[in-house]
Amino acid sequence: MPNTKYGLTKRFHFLNKYFQNGLSSLHQNTPRLREILCVLVEMAAQPSDTLATLKTESETLKTKLEEERAKLHDVELHQVAEKIEALGQFVMKTRRALKGHGNKVLCLDWCKDKRRIVSSSQDGKVIVWDAFTTNKEHAVTMPCTWVMACAYAPSGCAVACGGLDNKCSVYPLSLDKNENLAAKKKSVAMHTNYLSACCFTNSDMQILTSSGDGTCALWDVESGQMLQSFHGHAADVLCLDLAPSETGNTFVSGVGTDISRNVYLKTSLITCKQCRLYDLRADREVAIYSKESIIFGASSVDFSLSGRLLFGGYNDYTINVWDVLKGTRVSILFGHENRVSTLRVSPDGTAFCSGSWDHTLRIWA
Amino acid sequence: AFYHAKQYAPVYFMCAQIQMERMVISMQDPDMGIKLRNQRLLITVIPHAMTGADIVEWLIKKCSISDEEALHIGQIFVKYGYIYPLKEPRNLILKVDDSPYRFQMPYYWMSTRWPASELDYAIYLAKKNIRKQGELIEYEKECYNALHKRINHTWDFVVMQAREQLRASKQRRKADRIVLKCQEQAYWLVNRPPVSAELYKLITLTKNTLYLLKRTLTITLCEGLTRLCVCVCSYVKYCEQYQPHDPIMQGCLPSIPWITDDIMFWNMNFAVPTKLRVERWSFSFMELLNDPMGRKEFLTYLKKEFSAENLCFWQACEDVRHGETSKIPEKVDEVYKQFLTPGASRWVNIDSKTMEKTLEGLKRPHRFVLDDAQMHIYFLMKKDSYPRYLKSDLYKNLFARAIVPQETKKSVFPFMRRQRHSSPSPALATQAAEDDGKAKNSNSFKSNSGTASRR
Repeated sequence: MPNTKYGLTKRFHFLNKYFQNGLSSLHQNTPRLREILCVLVEMAAQPSDTLATLKTESETLKTKLEEERAKLHDVELHQVAEKIEALGQFVMKTRRALKGHGNKVLCLDWCKDKRRIVSSSQDGKVIVWDAFTTNKEHAVTMPCTWVMACAYAPSGCAVACGGLDNKCSVYPLSLDKNENLAAKKKSVAMHTNYLSACCFTNSDMQILTSSGDGTCALWDVESGQMLQSFHGHAADVLCLDLAPSETGNTFVSGVGTDISRNVYLKTSLITCKQCRLYDLRADREVAIYSKESIIFGASSVDFSLSGRLLFGGYNDYTINVWDVLKGTRVSILFGHENRVSTLRVSPDGTAFCSGSWDHTLRIWA
Repeated sequence: AFYHAKQYAPVYFMCAQIQMERMVISMQDPDMGIKLRNQRLLITVIPHAMTGADIVEWLIKKCSISDEEALHIGQIFVKYGYIYPLKEPRNLILKVDDSPYRFQMPYYWMSTRWPASELDYAIYLAKKNIRKQGELIEYEKECYNALHKRINHTWDFVVMQAREQLRASKQRRKADRIVLKCQEQAYWLVNRPPVSAELYKLITLTKNTLYLLKRTLTITLCEGLTRLCVCVCSYVKYCEQYQPHDPIMQGCLPSIPWITDDIMFWNMNFAVPTKLRVERWSFSFMELLNDPMGRKEFLTYLKKEFSAENLCFWQACEDVRHGETSKIPEKVDEVYKQFLTPGASRWVNIDSKTMEKTLEGLKRPHRFVLDDAQMHIYFLMKKDSYPRYLKSDLYKNLFARAIVPQETKKSVFPFMRRQRHSSPSPALATQAAEDDGKAKNSNSFKSNSGTASRR
């Protein structure tokens, strides 16, 4: 079998069976696996050649995929959108500026009461704001810096956060001024690498986390036990989001990309400089949102309530507003003095909040 | 370099082993062997260690060979784990300087322990994982996961052993601990060598290409793929339907609180709903259920139809799914008593197959044991009661009574800001509940189940 005269595809099929068992099977001392080892050693012996060939094969397969899809004689989004009325002038301004973080704001989440926000930053602080009055209501100092993930519990009674400590902790919010919030902290999730995102699923009792160790997991808050773990990514999982569904059992996770909230089973991904819309049912990309004048990539996106508008926070300090259906850029918002790192639309869709490396959060409406 | 000690045929290797071990023993001879001293490793002093230069020097004298050859032989000892480095333990290389090295215990010699058992490796990895999170490197993690799958039946034993060994090692002196750790690590580096980075990249790329191959084949068979035009049209329809409800797009009445500082938009709707709100219940069954007022109205309707137990059952199932794990058994028991027992006061009509499966599952209740039954009732309501509710007088009258709020009057002095009123914190509600001694979540949960967007 391991013979160069056989095509790469045949070798792939041969190897694929054994990849199912994971890499460690290579270390068992059996003749079959020694054979595979030889194949791989052979391939590795001319690494540049083999990798180049593999890359070419990948490209060929991708093209074939596109050809097959094209055969479906489908209609593109922008074709259907031609009949729709264009959006008028868009005026959005900063309505509130939340100042108080001592370092880069990394993550934010809205409370279900539509006016409170929890935000976390690089200096290890997690702050709960009443964004409407701009008052700080709670502040927690985490034992680690770079708190990359934070989430508000659906009841509004607790917040979850984590980052470089590889954990996700839940802090019940107490109104007693004398009480130290850190005292009641509950350690829920434990990963083997940094925590990149977390969110509560439907109730205060379960948390979904994603981590730099390449996995996502569902945790029971009360006991701290892992209920389910999700493998499948080959690299750091950077973000996740819940899908609104009748069974309430689906979520999407992203590697090296950001995912916005689902609208009708579609998600938005960001790669390099472009925001892309991807449909899960058709299993393909539906639209790309990019402009020549936009040089830097986006770090975070979210949809407006109807799904017609897409807000993207970019690394060039701006926020671009896109018409999702027509694919055009509707507006550009200035204000932040550094990278926009996180962006979320409020639960009732009246405004959105952006957090930035300039240490502030802004509410736009 | 990609090397694997076991690539050599066992017979020839054994002869080499005997030779190596003979030499290692003479290296450790108290009179004629290598002079062992205390070597410093960061802040700890490791006893009975030697430098790389010492090893090479001894080999030159003993075998009367050049320093190049001595280095080559010395390297072999390191490669097969008879000597291990204290600094940079992952790098099994012999350096001819003052880098510290130690002799591996005979316990760990290849001849006594080869082949290394899976169980031992699992225990080693488990120890590493417990001791320090994130200490397992990429390929070790893969091995760990694969082992966990393969020898899952003895995993409790593995973890127990790992914990025991860690506990025992804690009782040792620090210097001994370091030495033991290095010995063990060296042993496993030889017996489970890491796959080179290049190879790992190659394997990942191969996997990805295979995945693409599979996808292409799936597309070609055209199975289960929705045509894009269907998706696109449904998306456009969704946008159009929700546009009047999108405050950023079309504003909202009375006004957007963030702009006018008037929070009427958040505070109205408690007694008489707005037309927009009632209209939204007709978009989908989920919209109706997600709105507490909608749910309440629907319950009133179902009561008239004598099928209110369906909604109550669905709600109870949600409570099980999203509530505390410790309360699951008692909640499930309650559900059984109220809804599933034949002759129960609020018996729900589930098909016999689902009922049988559910009752079987109730013997060992878990979070999702009621899922099938819940789904059945959900779709029953969705297909039957829900459409009829939308056509009912109850709904139509409510819609007629629903208001269209007045737009907030612009302030007489436009440059003066309205006072921004604070609102009671959601945490306050819990505080009160806790003081009353009630369970923290039963109160807040009832108004928050589902992906709610309260108005």
